Amino acid sequence: MSDNEVAPLETAFGVDHHVSVAEAPERPAHEGGPEMVQLLSPEGERVPNAELDAIVDDLSDEALRGFYRDLVLVRRFDAEATALQRQGELGLWASLLGQEAAQVGSGRAMRRQDYAFPTYREHGVAWCRGVDPVNLLGMFRGVNHGGWDPNEKNFHLYTIIIGAQTLHATGYAMGVQRDGDVGTGDERRDTAVIAYFGDGATSQGDVSEALVFAGVNNSPVVFFCQNNQWAISEPNEKQTRAPLWHRARGFGFPGIRVDGNDVLAVYAVTKQALDAARSGQGPTFVEAFTYRMGAHTTSDDPTKYRVSAEVEVWKHRDPIERYKRWLTTTGKADVDFFEAVDAEADELGASVRERCLSMPDPAPAEMFRHVYAEEHPVTAREQEWFAEYHASFEEEGAR
Amino acid sequence: MSTTTIAKGITSGLRAAMERDPKVVLLGEDIGKLGGVFRVTEGLQKDFGEDRVIDTPLAEAGIMGTAIGMALRGYRPVVEIQFDGFVYPAFDHIVSQVAKLHSRSLGYVKMPIVIRIPFGGGIGAVEHHSESNETYFAHTAGLRVVACSNPHDAHWMIQQAIESDDPVVFYEPKRRYWDKGEVGEEPDGPLGTARVLRSGTDVTLLAYGPMVKTCLQAAQAAEEEGRSLEVIDLRSLSPIDGEAILASVRKTGRAVVVHEASTFLGIGSEISAMVTEEAFHSLEAPVLRVGGYNVPYPPSRLEEEFLPDLDRVLDAVDRSLAY
Repeated sequence: MSDNEVAPLETAFGVDHHVSVAEAPERPAHEGGPEMVQLLSPEGERVPNAELDAIVDDLSDEALRGFYRDLVLVRRFDAEATALQRQGELGLWASLLGQEAAQVGSGRAMRRQDYAFPTYREHGVAWCRGVDPVNLLGMFRGVNHGGWDPNEKNFHLYTIIIGAQTLHATGYAMGVQRDGDVGTGDERRDTAVIAYFGDGATSQGDVSEALVFAGVNNSPVVFFCQNNQWAISEPNEKQTRAPLWHRARGFGFPGIRVDGNDVLAVYAVTKQALDAARSGQGPTFVEAFTYRMGAHTTSDDPTKYRVSAEVEVWKHRDPIERYKRWLTTTGKADVDFFEAVDAEADELGASVRERCLSMPDPAPAEMFRHVYAEEHPVTAREQEWFAEYHASFEEEGAR
Repeated sequence: MSTTTIAKGITSGLRAAMERDPKVVLLGEDIGKLGGVFRVTEGLQKDFGEDRVIDTPLAEAGIMGTAIGMALRGYRPVVEIQFDGFVYPAFDHIVSQVAKLHSRSLGYVKMPIVIRIPFGGGIGAVEHHSESNETYFAHTAGLRVVACSNPHDAHWMIQQAIESDDPVVFYEPKRRYWDKGEVGEEPDGPLGTARVLRSGTDVTLLAYGPMVKTCLQAAQAAEEEGRSLEVIDLRSLSPIDGEAILASVRKTGRAVVVHEASTFLGIGSEISAMVTEEAFHSLEAPVLRVGGYNVPYPPSRLEEEFLPDLDRVLDAVDRSLAY
């Protein structure tokens, strides 16, 4: 026996130490807990908050009605897209149903110069950034893989690879720092970045790496995690043992959980975080506690893995209903307003449908365009061959 | 002999392997209760429990890295990567660790890991769901790479892959998952061998995965025009069964390799080089390649233009014969 050999264990333990993975921590109820920031209860009652009330009070009634309009129009757009998929006009759709407040509240908290990095479900954020909703349909219809100029509205292309965009957002924020566009006090100059991702994404190494980079660089980025409780079929507890917002602390910056179905709370919390980022105080992790009311995508069948009772619980927390109640009871909006918004929603649905149906298929040779910024001989030669090959069929047809 | 689909052939193969060896464990996203997005693992968690069919956190690098650890502890992990384009976060573990540990440990450590990847296009999907990335892995020494094309091979090859003491990247032709066929009583030869699916004398068609069916259809169409095409299902991309290919090409004198992956530096390039080196004097025409173009996999509305089809295979056959 060499000196460093481990001696055999002589006393056997009488108990079986085998711990099955089936004994993982029990599923937490879908409750945000006492630390969750909420400004509007599911019943539409205003919950006072000493720190955040001022942010809400600063909003004009017009802006407050604007939130409602956003919520309704975004939901209508989403429903139209789901219908278009069912009718075969889209290959796939990832519905945001239930997450409208998380997206509108955070989207409206941004300033023009801020930059958003979305997943593939951020239709509501896109709306707030002024992206034409029809642009969002292209990749789901299969006519492009993105197709908009991210710099036009400071809204990056949808990212399907889970969590990757959190690093891109962080890198963008590192660029903002190097440009000196942080902490100048000039509100048209100071810039923040917001990275959207879901609860499932928090398991990806990329997301942890983004938190590390943002932390050590004190970068002006807000990590906006929409915890919709489900990553396709896997519930939250398959991704995390601790509440997600707790993570931030370990990376050296603040984390906060907000009721993701409360548009006022999401707006206030996100605005605070973005303001902090712009002023040079670094990143914040915001966990918007919400729920994916529909399937993961139109390809998914949630009845295989979750119970309808759970969905029922969340129906009572609907983001639009509670906000409508509050606007009504406070007299900030009346029936005429709500009817006008509904009419506008119908118009939006109709126009989205019409424009989706008239979206042309790309010409086949389009696939060779834009592969490289400068000409590449392999692709160029193949494109030439492709043209000749197709021309040969036309000649054959002409004969 | 029973009739089943490719997807269910893999399911029954996994089930058989799990019944035979308690060390076989499955890891992946949504593979438990849901049975995987393609339902390939359907029912397995119910029957074998959550200890053996593990719904992992959403992290491919994590899945692969922990599979390595489980293999070190004596398990035989079978990893499901949900879609071809999602394997890249795990790429580092696969090429830097899985592929090398046997060599680095002078053979003390084995990595009997199977990495299942549904691959290829033709299903009208969004980005990252239609890729053919087999060359990356075939190019890495230490990994075996195989692809099944029919239910029989699906059922048997997955078991052979699990039994292999080497890591095996196991490609599944997702657009053919629901194609039906007979499953025989025993595998057709060991892992690593090709299979002649149709004998012919004029041109050899070489394919794997989803393109095998396309080539069989092309051979059928060619027969109606009086041409006799031999179709070989490569089945293994690392190693490539040179013997089977050369025997066929020495007979026909002509070869066309077909795959969905880009032809540039694809499996066809390797086969073309090998045939040229080994059977130059038997060749009546250069080895031709039919495959994807040197572009990112296009939006689904254009995928039919990108994917090799019957016409493109027959066009290459014509060019080969006209040479």
